[in-house]
Amino acid sequence: MATTAKDRTAKVQKDRSMVLQKQMIAEHFRRLEEAPESGEPVVYTFVPGNLTELIRSFGALPLLPEINALQSGMRGKSRDYIAEAERAGHSEDVCTYVKCDIGMLKSGNIGPTGTRLPKPDLLLLSYTGCYTFMKWFELLREEYDCPTVFLQIPYQSDGKIEPAHRAYVVEQIRRDLIPTLERITGRAYDEDRLRHHLALAAQAEDDLVAVLESAKHRPSPIDAYFGAVYYVGPIFSAFRGTEEGVEYYRELRREVEARAAAGEGPITPDGPLNEQRYRLVVEGPPNWTSFREFWRMFSREQAVIVASTYSKVGGVYDFGFRHDPGDPLGTMADYCGGCYTNLNMPGRVEMLVDYIREYEADGFVINSVKSCNSFSAGQLMMLREVEKCTGIPGAFIESDLVDPRYFSAANIKNRLESYLQMIDARRAGNGA
Amino acid sequence: MNCFTGIDLGSTTTKAVILDEAGAILGRGITNSRSNYDLAARVAREEAFITARFGLLRQRVEAAAGAVVLDRLLKAFRLSQTLAQLHRTRELIEQEVERSVADHLRRPTLDVVESIFVTMEEEEEAWFAAENPPPRSDFFRDAAGSAYMRLAEERADPDSVTFDLLLGLYDKCIIQVENEPLELGFRHHIGAALDRIGNSPIVREAVESATETPLDEVSTVGTGYGRARLPFPKEQIHSEILCHGLGAHILFPATRTVLDIGGQDTKAIQVDSSGIVTSFQMNDHCAAGCGRYLGYIADEMNIGLHELGPLAQKSTRSVRINSTCTVFAGAELRERMSLGEKREDILNGLHRAIMLRAMSLLARSGGVNNEFTFTGGVARNPAAVAALTELCEENYGRRTLNISPDSIYTGALGAAHFALRETCS
Repeated sequence: MATTAKDRTAKVQKDRSMVLQKQMIAEHFRRLEEAPESGEPVVYTFVPGNLTELIRSFGALPLLPEINALQSGMRGKSRDYIAEAERAGHSEDVCTYVKCDIGMLKSGNIGPTGTRLPKPDLLLLSYTGCYTFMKWFELLREEYDCPTVFLQIPYQSDGKIEPAHRAYVVEQIRRDLIPTLERITGRAYDEDRLRHHLALAAQAEDDLVAVLESAKHRPSPIDAYFGAVYYVGPIFSAFRGTEEGVEYYRELRREVEARAAAGEGPITPDGPLNEQRYRLVVEGPPNWTSFREFWRMFSREQAVIVASTYSKVGGVYDFGFRHDPGDPLGTMADYCGGCYTNLNMPGRVEMLVDYIREYEADGFVINSVKSCNSFSAGQLMMLREVEKCTGIPGAFIESDLVDPRYFSAANIKNRLESYLQMIDARRAGNGA
Repeated sequence: MNCFTGIDLGSTTTKAVILDEAGAILGRGITNSRSNYDLAARVAREEAFITARFGLLRQRVEAAAGAVVLDRLLKAFRLSQTLAQLHRTRELIEQEVERSVADHLRRPTLDVVESIFVTMEEEEEAWFAAENPPPRSDFFRDAAGSAYMRLAEERADPDSVTFDLLLGLYDKCIIQVENEPLELGFRHHIGAALDRIGNSPIVREAVESATETPLDEVSTVGTGYGRARLPFPKEQIHSEILCHGLGAHILFPATRTVLDIGGQDTKAIQVDSSGIVTSFQMNDHCAAGCGRYLGYIADEMNIGLHELGPLAQKSTRSVRINSTCTVFAGAELRERMSLGEKREDILNGLHRAIMLRAMSLLARSGGVNNEFTFTGGVARNPAAVAALTELCEENYGRRTLNISPDSIYTGALGAAHFALRETCS
């Protein structure tokens, strides 16, 4: 009964990282709720290009509206929130994250853990590749009448961060952001403290990369899309550069490495996926309102995701980027400019091609979401390019982030099943 | 005789195809899907077996008694089936009259119903006897419905047995007729058909030899929207995209691009030289520009679906229409009519709008490669085909456009070939 003992160990290990994450998030939202009394400053910011280490170095708490929106989607609240925002005059065609957040605000501003969210002391936009982010914060600024910093982040139109772009961002951080943070927190900029947080960030980033790259094993011990959404949670939200973050990723890595050593697959909504018929790469964010149903469409066909671009929206660490405590402002500028959606189209194509090759994928799926032009524009062109480079056909499905009206299960299932059967047919054809 | 079945449970119709071991089509069946996939699959399959029997019969009766006799036998068989359904409908309507019609109206209603059905039976006899009967719907519900409506209108009396009363009776009963498995069996109706054409011993012997050849269903593959309802193991359920791709390849082996416009979706498919799908695109969340859209338009105009295309072809100028939204279809149509546009010109514009949408899907799937095969119910619509041909030439140059008169069976044909291929391998 050796395997039973192993299973039990794996289960206990798995539980520990999940329990840790739950505790971290609950504690964070408790502090946010108490912020008006405790006096801890609150900075609203977005995942892409987030400057959590800098915010933390000023003793402030980050709050991420798009994470709240996706959580509302997963908890079945987004339909009502979106309706609320539409009643307030927001068009049906506006990004549903925005409407979900606005609707939540209008419905009492109760966050994902059931606690009230505080007003921002600062709205910090450190990634301008998404135009909607700017408009979103303009709306919040109307609501809260608070200081706002918008950093202009140049697009990587030539596929790299130019030295001049980097210097430009560093200058904005130095001249605009740091003085504002000093003013609202009442603290002086402390570079040593920032370096400390950046060093912690790099540690967690190493462990996260090890976790994501474990998908190169067969069977893959993780699902690098649906599972990875949970794995990237802490590092994308508020815990990069914190002790808790380091502990979480150390623990997660240990669990995943144990699963890999035991030859076990990830745990899906239907249990462990040890027999993996299809290894897939996914481009685009998931649908949150039917997240588990969406995952099941893959796992029931024994399809495991071995790499995804969505799990890189908070940093393309597997391509080498690490926060560097030796160059605090420069590294933050690189981070802002290195966002996945700030890469140019050839860069995104190359990334998908690399994933397909390095992770020995059988295919790739693009989930094109209605809400997000930063992701969706050009995806069909990417599909064709990746097909051309790899000789592997891709699948194209359409849904949305948090608007349940745009998730048609029958339609998506039909396309996905057709695609997987297409892979089977190709295998049979190639084998003959 | 070993045979292989493919069943395509579409949103509008359910189709079945039966193949022999060499891949030749033995039989085909089609029926309304009626939101009862279990029954629809059974009826279509049963009908396919009937036509398979007729396939065997064809060889043997033709050899024994000639083509003319065979044709008469086939028609007599269909007539026997239709009469059985008419009989059942009348029986149910009479029961309904007894149950729900007020005492003083009961007798006159029964009389009118009787007169309607006597005429309908006569008309059926005449339709089957005609050399070139006028075209009509393949479905009992529609064909019988339009005859009943016409006769009810003619024989209703606004002061006693009203048209509404008669219509209500029919609507209530036709659902039940459709949803109960009628006796469609081959043996039952072939006996009646033999009697009808004179029961010659030579024909009877040929019929018996065909009837007694066993048809052993070795494997079945299901596809289409209702496929999850089929009581088959997972390996025997295939996506309709793969089935349409393979079906189109079987019909036209040089096919590289397939456009399928069905009831509620449009598919653009690229296939390789062995009929395996290499890429596909489908319409997203709405059925804009699909068969169902044309259905709404036909309803709005109060004409039959099969009349839409020919009417559009009478157009002398095309009205530009941008929206193919099914929900807005009625409003769009009335708006155009109110502006004084002619029906045929509006329809012409609508067909072009649908095909523009299809062209966008084709472009997304990888373009239109030679040869190009158009399948699905909409491929039967001549105005749709004309618009497609024109747009295809404008965008990709001249392509060989294949349309099979049996294109509605493409998915079922592909499914049957998967059943055959997978059994053989």
